[in-house]
Amino acid sequence: MLFSPAPLHIPDGFLSLIISLFFWVITVVAVGMAISKTNKTLGEKQVPLMGIMAAFIFAAQMLNFPVAGGTSGHFLGGTLAAIVLGPWAAILVVTAVVGLQGLLFQDGGLLVMGANIFNMGILTALIGFGLYRSVINANKTTRLIVAGLGAWLATMAAALLASLQLWLSGTSQLQVVIPAMLGVHALIGIGEALVTVAALAFIMQARPDLLDAKAVVEKGGRGWIYGGVLISILTVLLSPFASGDPDGLERVAETMGFLDRGLSASYQILPDYTVPFLGETALSTIVAGMVGALVLLGILVLIGGLLKRRAS
Amino acid sequence: MHADAFDRYYHAESPLHRLDPRVKVFLTVAFILSNALLSDGVWAAFGLAWLLILFANRFSGLGVEFSFKRSFIALPFALAAVSAIFIPAGQPLAEWTIGPIQLVPTDFGLMRFASILLRSWLSVQAGILLVAVTQFPDMIHAFEHLRVPAILTTIIAFLYRYLFVLTDEVMRLLRARESRSAALPGLKSGGSLFWRARVAGNMAGQLFLRSYERSDRIYNAMLARGYQGQMRTLRSHTMTRRDWLILSLGLFALIFLQLLARL
Repeated sequence: MLFSPAPLHIPDGFLSLIISLFFWVITVVAVGMAISKTNKTLGEKQVPLMGIMAAFIFAAQMLNFPVAGGTSGHFLGGTLAAIVLGPWAAILVVTAVVGLQGLLFQDGGLLVMGANIFNMGILTALIGFGLYRSVINANKTTRLIVAGLGAWLATMAAALLASLQLWLSGTSQLQVVIPAMLGVHALIGIGEALVTVAALAFIMQARPDLLDAKAVVEKGGRGWIYGGVLISILTVLLSPFASGDPDGLERVAETMGFLDRGLSASYQILPDYTVPFLGETALSTIVAGMVGALVLLGILVLIGGLLKRRAS
Repeated sequence: MHADAFDRYYHAESPLHRLDPRVKVFLTVAFILSNALLSDGVWAAFGLAWLLILFANRFSGLGVEFSFKRSFIALPFALAAVSAIFIPAGQPLAEWTIGPIQLVPTDFGLMRFASILLRSWLSVQAGILLVAVTQFPDMIHAFEHLRVPAILTTIIAFLYRYLFVLTDEVMRLLRARESRSAALPGLKSGGSLFWRARVAGNMAGQLFLRSYERSDRIYNAMLARGYQGQMRTLRSHTMTRRDWLILSLGLFALIFLQLLARL
């Protein structure tokens, strides 16, 4: 087996119908816009370019590097694609990748594919390209640092949104899923950031024409900066708030009427999740979350090891 | 060439293999949608859905247990739903104290957890069966007939076609890294984590440029062969009376299943 399922590909059955359809609608609109934009800039050349680039993302996920204790990080590549190919092309590329993963490998469901494409493709394009575009005239070091930051934030934003989708579908409890998902992806994101920065540095050296300021500006307007910065700030603000004070998020969702729509009628608002000797503080939920994250990480490593052994 | 590494097609002569790919894709999506529409705890309907899967397996010529044996791929994700067991609604079933954390599983929570897993397990089996009995190019063609934009289906067809080529490229890169990472006995090869990540990054950058430049060459080759923005296929895929019959039978079964769930 040459690939392992990434924890961000939500399978069918885990999201409610309303959430699935909601994200399908947004994704269809975004992909439709991406098709018409790349059609204009690339014409019929887009088919081979996008197809090969999607195959690149797929193949690059096999480039693992040993981290520690038998685990290895691997590369997701969304941010790199967004910076070098531009956001519209990156959306199409990731759509194709998620589509193939769902269709061929059941890695991510069909009905929930809209949500998966949104989390991994559209959010990554917004954050990855938007942040990089905002420092396009800065020196090389700044650009690389911002690209790395974008890669990490994009991973975190996708994990955060996937957790919120699972919670609104009534599949997971907020107090558990947010710290667990964010904990695991904070680590995955670091690997992603390191590899993205190194790959960009290499491309800057080998093919500077792909990454000079003019080429990047042509690929997406200023709107991407505002969108990317806004989503990044939201992620940064919401992550500690959601993991530290999930009840607060619940109250917001309740007043906005999200919960009633997302959940079945018999589903009640969740009570507090406490670690007695720490009391009902933000600290106690964070500790509980860290424990959850470690358990999850351990199980994932175990499963990965088993899959690898079976393959060889 | 690793031409078989990603293929999930199992060849057999069976009624399911001969069915028009559009019917197979449509019924699979309808089946997954039907699972999503089932409310929690309608065990009879879940059982009937499983019977439908067994029935489809039976007619695939691949063995009744074919999709069951491969259906555990989504299991790691079940972890995400574990917390549903402790939803504080309905009757508490037990009280577990693990260290400082108190867990109270409830009957409502358990029912919800089981329903989520069943829905996902049934849907995954439908997907597994679909790709096992349909050749990938046929499936892509079916999506095109079902009004998915041609650009998108062509990109996916390209992705599938060149996946194998780029996989070989990655294998070569990995082999090159392996052969340059010699170590003396008892000593570790390679540097710090940052150094290792940088090596992986250089490889990713290298792979990116090779892919990018390859796409240029491919496009030129396509132009040389008269490409005009469309992919052509020799298989015409026409719906026969038998295809229509199976499509309506399948839909009828799903409607019956939904009615059963709402009794």
